[in-house]
Parts: sequence; structure tokens; C-alpha cells
Amino acid sequence: MWLISMSEIKLVYFAWVRERIGMSDERVIVPDEVKTIAELAGWLQTRGEEYAHAFENPAVVRGAIDRKHVKPDALIAGASEIAFFPPMTGG
Amino acid sequence: MSPLLTIRIQSEPFDAAAEIEALSRLGADVGAVASFIGFCRSEGGKLSALELEHYPGMADEEIGSVVAEAASRWPLFGVTVIHRHGVMRPGDGIVLVVTASSHRTASFEAANFVMDYLKTRAPFWKKEHLVDGSSGDWVDAKIEDDRLAARWKLDV
Repeated sequence: MWLISMSEIKLVYFAWVRERIGMSDERVIVPDEVKTIAELAGWLQTRGEEYAHAFENPAVVRGAIDRKHVKPDALIAGASEIAFFPPMTGG
Repeated sequence: MSPLLTIRIQSEPFDAAAEIEALSRLGADVGAVASFIGFCRSEGGKLSALELEHYPGMADEEIGSVVAEAASRWPLFGVTVIHRHGVMRPGDGIVLVVTASSHRTASFEAANFVMDYLKTRAPFWKKEHLVDGSSGDWVDAKIEDDRLAARWKLDV
């Protein structure tokens, strides 16, 4: 039963983060030791060249948890949707 | 009376005159209406279009919180923000902000505030399309925009 409780998170990507990774969203099972947005970005970086390219300068990539902007040290526990994207250029 | 706050995220063009007219008719005490329109430009003939990507849901929420903050800081009768997504040609309106108040200072300042925050908080990204038909770069965020937003001393 404990396996079922492992959290599956929906990840969504925008702009050049999306283009580099090659998809707009995916569902992942995140290892327990990954606790923060910064750690999640670091873990994603290890998943292949596309991810390494997207997160090559992690300080530039912004994160949002359940559609709210968060800082890199924000905890991801309980999140259902986490987004990664470049600095915004609307307006 | 609480102000009328309207936020629309859409691909269709907007009718700025109709939106200004609507806010100017919010009541007999409306004495000032300010508006701002941001357009797609060609960057000296280099660009054929800008493509705006957005994060549905979050875009509405972020603009909504910026507009609510503006309404708490200035005495406003109404605020309308329309932000488009999709492909824009030079001359097309991308964003519209309209504010209505009794006196001009509140309208001007609130519209300025909304634009400054929208630039750094609303999840939209612009990609360039070049006149030779090739796909250009993603537009880089400007440090200047962060500075302009920071002067309002708000951590929303």
C-alpha cells in the first residue's frame, strides 16, 4: 500500500524550457529525497540531455507550485502541479 | 461600492474604445479614466510577428491579484485588463489596461502599477518570428522591468 502513497506530480513547462525538454507536460514520481523546487530542478537535470540543457543555468528558470510563483527553497510536498519556465515577458 | 474588476485572457483582438467607454460610464463620480495599450512592434522591420505563450489559469490568477492590489491601494471605480495570447502582427494590441477613478492621479498610478507588475509576474512569454520566415529567439526579460516593479515596494 505504501507504494501507492508515493506522490506523482504533474510537471508543466513553458517557452524555451518546454522547447528544450521537448514536451509541455508529464507526470513523474519524484524520489523522497527531493524536497524543494531547486532539488527538483537538480533531479530533472539528471534525466537526460534535454533536461540538462533546459536547466543548464538553474538560477534563470522560475518555478510555480499549483499556479503560484515560488522561490527555489519552496517545499514541493503536497503539490499537484509544478511549472518551470523562463522569466516572464508579457505585457 | 467595490470596484468593478475585469480580467480577460483571450486570443481575439480587443476593442479599446469600447472598454474605455464602459469604465467611463461606471457612475457620475468617475472623473478620470486612464488607459494603456501595449502593441506588437516590428523592431525596425526585423519581426513579422510575436507569438505569445501563456500559462492558462495562472495568468488569470496573477493578473487578478495584481488588479486586486491596485484596487486596495488607490480609490478606483473599475479596472479592466485584457491580455492576448497567440500570434500578433506589428500594430496589433497585446495588452490593454483601463482604470477609472474620481481624480487623475489614482487612474494614472494604478494603470502604471498594473503594467509594472504584470510585466514581471504574469506568466506570458514572447517568441519572435522573423520576416524571412524563420523562427527567432524568445524575448529576454529586462532587468529594467524588475527595477520598475520594485519601486512599488510590493512582494505579491
